[in-house]
Amino acid sequence: MVIYGVALLSGCYLAGQIFGILLGNLLNINTNVGGVGFAMIFLILISDWSKKKGFLPKASEQGVAFWAAMYIPIVVAMSSIQNVVSALSGGIVAILAGILATGISMLLVPVIVQLKNSNDQKSQNIEKA
Amino acid sequence: MDAITLFIEKNNLVFAFCFVGIVTYLSYWFSKKFTNKKIPGSAIAIIAGLVLAYIGGSISGGKKGIADIPIFGGMGLLGGAMMRDFAIVSTAMGASFTEIKKAGFVGIISLFLGILISFFVGASVAFFLGYTDPKSVVTIGAGTCTFIIGPVTGAAIGVSSEVIAISIAAGVVKAIIVTIATPVVARFIGLNNPSSAMVYGGLIGTTSGVAAGLAATDPKLVPYGAITATFYTGLGCLLCPSVLYMFVNYILS
Repeated sequence: MVIYGVALLSGCYLAGQIFGILLGNLLNINTNVGGVGFAMIFLILISDWSKKKGFLPKASEQGVAFWAAMYIPIVVAMSSIQNVVSALSGGIVAILAGILATGISMLLVPVIVQLKNSNDQKSQNIEKA
Repeated sequence: MDAITLFIEKNNLVFAFCFVGIVTYLSYWFSKKFTNKKIPGSAIAIIAGLVLAYIGGSISGGKKGIADIPIFGGMGLLGGAMMRDFAIVSTAMGASFTEIKKAGFVGIISLFLGILISFFVGASVAFFLGYTDPKSVVTIGAGTCTFIIGPVTGAAIGVSSEVIAISIAAGVVKAIIVTIATPVVARFIGLNNPSSAMVYGGLIGTTSGVAAGLAATDPKLVPYGAITATFYTGLGCLLCPSVLYMFVNYILS
């Protein structure tokens, strides 16, 4: 049933977020550390396992698939509630800082990917040798 | 007329579903008709959202974009942190754990590097534009990472609300730039596979920006970018008010 999928997703979401909050408390910072990430890992592991065991029929899977398909509409709604006015009126400091930080971070993506690839190759060569 | 407005306000979430559907439809139509699908419909829809946020914020004078206009109140629920995170988690269903493990280590490196870059870029801009005391420099640097790290750091080290406002603005500017720029630069930075999406999520960090930017680029990459980005804010809240504050304080005094 569809609700089983929705319940599985909700369960992973809640467990992951609570884990993130507890981790934040443990580190003595009052924020959630990676709650969404842990929830995603839980969902991947549990859904993989239950698909293999046959616990997750098509109908249940649709309960998760629906929300994944709603992702872009939710992001559109999210964009429409950002504080764009204050971002633009935050002055030159905010605008310059935001633009420069984004630009430099994006430029580093290929650099780090390259690093990883050459590392992978090295370890492959070592394995071959 | 009043009765209808009241009815919509009471059913604001349902109205929001309908409204987002219309915005999406118009955006895809625009994409096909005027850009020959060169700019994806989803990217246009997200930018339309930002324009609506500007209009809503200008009319209402509030902080939540279009959601501050009562009949659009449902947009606040539909686009709020709860639904955003719930939908992000759901995208993990199709993700491959092997891919995530493969890029796990490089993902962690990009997280640390991403925070350091945004922090020091923001801090330098603040310093050169006249905010020279260490506390303001650190808060604005932290805000440049994400608009959550800024106020958390500012509150921890004690700074004026004006500086906190600038730090939040810097984070929101970053989220907006990431949203608009990601689909444009994706080709040039090789953002087309799970590993590069994880590196990207770690370097950029802002969940809203990464979520929207990847959605507009290629929805298949969303879970990989989101999984690293989700650790960014926590790590930033850990590093900025502690190690990075001590470092900046030492340099400037």
